[in-house]
Formats: sequence, C-alpha cells, structure tokens
Amino acid sequence: MSAISMKVNGKAVCGAVEPRTLLVQFLRENLGLTGTHVGCDTSQCGACVVHVNGTAIKSCTALAVACDGAEVTTVEGLAKNGKLHPMQEAFREHHGLQCGFCTPGMLMAAVDLVNRKGKTLDEATIRHELEGNICRCTGYHNIVKAIQAGAENM
Amino acid sequence: MENFIYHRPTKPADAVKAMKDAADGKFLSGGMTLLPTMKQGLASPSDIIDLGGLGNSGVEVGADKVTVKAGTVHANVAIDKGVKKAIPALAALAGGIGDPHVRNRGTIGGSIANNDPAADYPAAVVGLNATVVTSARSVPGDKFFTDIFTTALKDDEIVTAVEFPVPKRAAYVKFPNPASRYAMVGVMVAELKDGSVRVAVTGAGPKVFRVPEMEKALEANFSADAIGGIKVKASGLNSDMHASPEYRAHLVTVLARRAVAAAK
Repeated sequence: MSAISMKVNGKAVCGAVEPRTLLVQFLRENLGLTGTHVGCDTSQCGACVVHVNGTAIKSCTALAVACDGAEVTTVEGLAKNGKLHPMQEAFREHHGLQCGFCTPGMLMAAVDLVNRKGKTLDEATIRHELEGNICRCTGYHNIVKAIQAGAENM
Repeated sequence: MENFIYHRPTKPADAVKAMKDAADGKFLSGGMTLLPTMKQGLASPSDIIDLGGLGNSGVEVGADKVTVKAGTVHANVAIDKGVKKAIPALAALAGGIGDPHVRNRGTIGGSIANNDPAADYPAAVVGLNATVVTSARSVPGDKFFTDIFTTALKDDEIVTAVEFPVPKRAAYVKFPNPASRYAMVGVMVAELKDGSVRVAVTGAGPKVFRVPEMEKALEANFSADAIGGIKVKASGLNSDMHASPEYRAHLVTVLARRAVAAAK
C-alpha cells in the first residue's frame, strides 16, 4: 500500500492505496465522492471526468498514486455555499440531462471548456469539444444548449 | 487490473535502472493506452515505472527545429504558439488526437514508443523527417518504427525528446474512426527546406510507411493533381470491420491530395 495525499475540492485528504487503484476508485471508494461516475471504464465515455491540477482528465484512466500531491476538483466541488454552479444551473434550466448518468462528466468537461476557450462558445465548438463525453440517452441537443448558456453565466 | 510495484523516479538514469532491475517492467507515460490494456488483462507488468516524475515536458521552438520533450501532452503541443507558427501541421495533428481529456494526459513519447498502427504521431515523425532522441542515442524517424507496436527502442531505453525540422510547408489530414478517433488512414505531406518531399501514411498498414512514388511526383510538381493517379497497393494493408484494405488504399490517395492542397 502507498500513502497518498491530495487536495480534493479544496480539502486536504489522504489515504492508503494499492498501486493499481485508479483515481476514480480513490474518489468514490476511499473518499465517498460518488458523483464521479464509471461508465465505460475504457476511457471512451467521459462520465469520470474530473479536473486534476486545473485540467480535465478521465479519472478511470489515471492511477491514484500518480496523482499524489495533486489538486483535484470533482462535480461535488462545483456548487459553493449551497448554490449551484452556473453550469449546473444551466443544465437544470435547459433540461441538459435525461437519466443523468453522464452529467457529472459533462459538467466537468463543460467547465474545462469554458476555462480554455472562454465564455462565448458557438454550437459547433461545443459539439466538437464534447467528443470525449458520451450521452447514451443521446440528449446532446439540450446539453449543448445548457453549456452555451452556462458558459455565458460563468 | 493485476497489482504491480510502482516506481516514480525523478531522474532518467533511475528510471533505466528500475527497468533493468524489474522482472517484467513497463514504462508509463500518459497511460492512455497502457492503463486500458492493463485493465483488460492484456498486460500485467510486474513493475510500473512512471515517467511523470521526470518533469520532462515542454516545447522549444528554434529557427530550423522544434523540439518536443517526451513528456509533453498533446494539448500543450496543440496550443503552443511557437509550434503553431513553425509547424502548424504538427499542432493540428496533436489537437486531433483522441478527445480533449485524452489530450490532457497522453504524451508524444508514450505515443511513439507504443507505435499503435493507427496513432497519429508516427506520421509526423516520419513525414517531417524528425529525429527521436532517447536516453541512449538519437534515432532517425525512418528507423524508429520497426513493426506493429514495435520500435527500435531497447527494453530499458526511454524516449526523451523528438526533434522536428521546420519544413517549408506541411499538412496532416486524417479520416478518423468515428468512435475511437484513431486514424483509419492519416497522411502527412511535407515539403522540407531542402526541397525534398515526404508522404507518410499511418492507420493504413501495420506501421507508418512512406509513398516514394508520390514523393517523387510532388518534388517535380507540388500539386494535388500530380498524385491523383498514384495508388498504393491494397495487399498487406489493415483490414477490420471499419474498412477493407482496398478502401484504405483508396483513402491514402484521397487524403494525400487533400494534404497537398492544405499544406502551409
């Protein structure tokens, strides 16, 4: 077992993990942060996207030990003081989710997209940038609308 | 995934030593291929030597050469202003690999060391006449990719950087598999500063290959029409549920023509 420590959603955390423990397992099983989902488990679907040191990655394809010392943000870290993040609010407003399984990854990918490309995003850019996030309800239409609106309010 | 002993060396020499000491070690860079492979049980190394601790990341842009350190993630090559100006084809290629989250993690060193037949970077290394710098030596791009998933690297040798000569003009065009975004076929066409032309094809065969007939025709006349009648042979090309060898052979000419037209 290896002792690791990280800052997750602004809070210092530590734990002991096997080398093979994935970041998503550490978040869900050790820390109880089950907002980050495991969908395909093959780094295709993006349900497990979290931010590590400010960039979006697929946490099902990263070793927890390799993230020792990192700053991690999960979907639980978006809302502040009981108030939804503008991107979460936009998903609610525009019905950007159906079953909701892909939503945590969609939100984290969307916030990362705004961080990289700014608040004014056209539809083509959003659709292209969502290549790594799959919605099996095929609810992309409203996801794209939600991201466009959420970006403007960030 | 089977368990393994984890190493995170901070010096290349320590990484090489850890590999020498391991029973069946594997170097880990971004892990975008190795980790899924291990999760599926297709690889179960005794030791993982994580190269992330080396801090070997970054791009240097000179007048004649762009050097990309091996640990540089695709996203950083894609957005680098110097690369965009010196070799826009290289920045565009890096920006088309996988998806945004994969590009934030996958590295150039990992990609070329893995040598997936459908990976994009091998087309850049061969097409731009790059040199692969390793912990032991420099290897010309043409000699680096030896067979499917096989390179000139020795077991305990690490890629440290890739040096790309700045070409006169170049473009990379790929037909991505719509599900995986890997190249069904990808073609890098480059006119180098000495006037020579390179056409490097990935995705179509077991490993990246050049098309000398197209190169000769383009050296005489750098236009899409100059290669319209040149076809590569379908025999020996990859065949899967997505495309037959004949279809891939057809795509090589189509994409090469597009790359010539787009070269800048």
